[in-house]
Amino acid sequence: MTTTEKAPDPELAAAVDVSGGATPPGIATGYEGTALDQLKAYGARLRAGEMGMLPAIAGFIVLCILFQILSPDFLGLLNVANLITETAFLAMLAVALVFVILIAEIDLSAGVTAGVGMAVFVQLNNALHLNWIVALVVSLAVGVVIGLFIGYFVAKVGIPSFVVTLGLFLGFQGLQLVLLGNGNTYRITDPSVLAIENSNMPVWAGWLMWAIIVAVSLATAFYDRARRQRAGVPVRPLNLLFIRVAAIAVVTGILVFLLNENRSVSVIPIEGVPIVVPIVIAILWIFTQILDRTRWGIHLYAVGGNPEAARRAGINVAFIRICAFVLCSTLAVVSGLFQASEVGVVGSSFGQTDVLNGVAAAVVGGVSLFGGRGRLMQGVIGALVITAITNGLGLLSLPGGVNLLITGGVLVLAATVDALSRKRAGASLARV
Amino acid sequence: MVAPYIELRDIRKGFGPVEVLKGVNLKVYPGQVSALVGDNGAGKSTLIKGLAGVQPYDSGEVLIDGQPVTLSTPKDASRLGIEVVYQDLALCENLDIVQNMFLGREETAQGTLSNGEMEKHASATLGSLSVRTMKSVRQKVSSLSGGQRQTVAIARAVLQKAKVVILDEPTAALGVAQTEQVLNLVRRLADQGVGVLIISHNLADVFQVADHINVLYLGTMVAQLETKETNNNDVVGYITGLKSVEPSLQGAAR
Repeated sequence: MTTTEKAPDPELAAAVDVSGGATPPGIATGYEGTALDQLKAYGARLRAGEMGMLPAIAGFIVLCILFQILSPDFLGLLNVANLITETAFLAMLAVALVFVILIAEIDLSAGVTAGVGMAVFVQLNNALHLNWIVALVVSLAVGVVIGLFIGYFVAKVGIPSFVVTLGLFLGFQGLQLVLLGNGNTYRITDPSVLAIENSNMPVWAGWLMWAIIVAVSLATAFYDRARRQRAGVPVRPLNLLFIRVAAIAVVTGILVFLLNENRSVSVIPIEGVPIVVPIVIAILWIFTQILDRTRWGIHLYAVGGNPEAARRAGINVAFIRICAFVLCSTLAVVSGLFQASEVGVVGSSFGQTDVLNGVAAAVVGGVSLFGGRGRLMQGVIGALVITAITNGLGLLSLPGGVNLLITGGVLVLAATVDALSRKRAGASLARV
Repeated sequence: MVAPYIELRDIRKGFGPVEVLKGVNLKVYPGQVSALVGDNGAGKSTLIKGLAGVQPYDSGEVLIDGQPVTLSTPKDASRLGIEVVYQDLALCENLDIVQNMFLGREETAQGTLSNGEMEKHASATLGSLSVRTMKSVRQKVSSLSGGQRQTVAIARAVLQKAKVVILDEPTAALGVAQTEQVLNLVRRLADQGVGVLIISHNLADVFQVADHINVLYLGTMVAQLETKETNNNDVVGYITGLKSVEPSLQGAAR
């Protein structure tokens, strides 16, 4: 038989194109218009329920004002620095959990995974006197193995992640006892590890960090713009780009300036950005780029949104799920390192009460527990809100019960905002 | 007469003792819309799943462009230019239109997504189908109506350079205006030279859009009609089995 396959006729297609009033300008891309148009479009998206981390940021600002009125020390230099270092570990844990929450799974063992990782770390660092970097690499590897384990049982065997990680949550409490011995606590002795949370960068290094942040923001903005221009699609107006970068520069600039002031109450000066800050920013930046700019990142969101659609599109769903659990467990160990550095000891109950705070931070930040919606930065903002509550109430020296009650209330409030915004966005709650 | 892009000859498929397809013949022509109708349990889905490579046939010949081929995996079907748009559409509501159209086949440069290029290609594809009902290609699918979602799913198939698009009940869940939109889209798809196989229970839709009507009755192709030369009553008769098998087709059917 002869081949008479008829290829799509370009002339005909063009004719259809014209008659249909096709694009451009038929269908917009969301990149057109002046800065004002863009602002209006953003407002429309907000009203439609795509609020992202805005409620969490607003909540944080309200909390700051409230606590500042109740206790004038709250926004003092010393407490701002404390707030930042106290947030670091919870922020890291929340970022870790965002990866699994994005695919509509949960990791209840993230806290004890951090505990197991740190138990391995102190045993290697203290008892075997291994270099702290070697010890850290080994404990990160332990995190990878734990993540592979969870991912295998969830993605390949098909057990709900809630059950697998609940099992590990119980089991790893036992493993912590085995690794450290009953009731033992180990001091973190390595000065480098203690420095992460307790020491500050020199003043010049803080400003260097600021310069790098601004330069990278500007460079990526121009890179994206150039790439869109090369593709021949509309770009946002230049002034909007500069406004965005300027906003980043001002906010981070004020923070660096404040942290570089002497916040000591004694004669020995304390100044500079805490060392943990650039570490968190670097990790956050790298993984945000991976999520936003790679096929893997978009596949992760797709698996969270509709796993069946992802499977039919040829995405290896099991691989994506395993990756998410590996990243979660590994970053949980990093959060454990921050916490160990902050409190200075690792005991056999390390990390056992933290995981739900991490989940709470992600939810407060606006990450949807239904999967597919959320950003890593939202985990950080949520952690900031939760730590601000703990810190602020601590300054007021209220009973601890009040602290938990308020944290719980904020969590329910955040979940309500999420649910309501989904309703407004038109997605039915019952279906998910 | 145009040669068919897909030709099925004496296709048989059984599940255990139940024979679902009892020697079915079917042709799908480039640039034309073929409808596949039949009552529940007639074997429409089984026939489609075989073409999609999801559920291979037991026996029979599949000719693509005149060449015999085997369709044993979805990849085979995709490679041969066969794209299936299922009834449940399989879109990710949390992603935007461009991301859904390119899902699993994203374009990259230096390992990072080429968002601008994908946006352009998606817009061009939607434009070639004269889609005007969407505000922006960066809209989230969750904000789209049923008809618009169907459009995105079809455009996704077109973007993959499909030679044949198989549509499973594309208008089942749609209102009147949206049904009209989708049927117009189906027509434009065929006008671009794509072969369309549309499965539908709605005979009004079938008569509006199809060039040929193939009727399955209990696993047998009882009628292959030109839309112009038949009417609603005849087709209903074939679907319900009240009208007998045409003599010319009996050889293939039995």
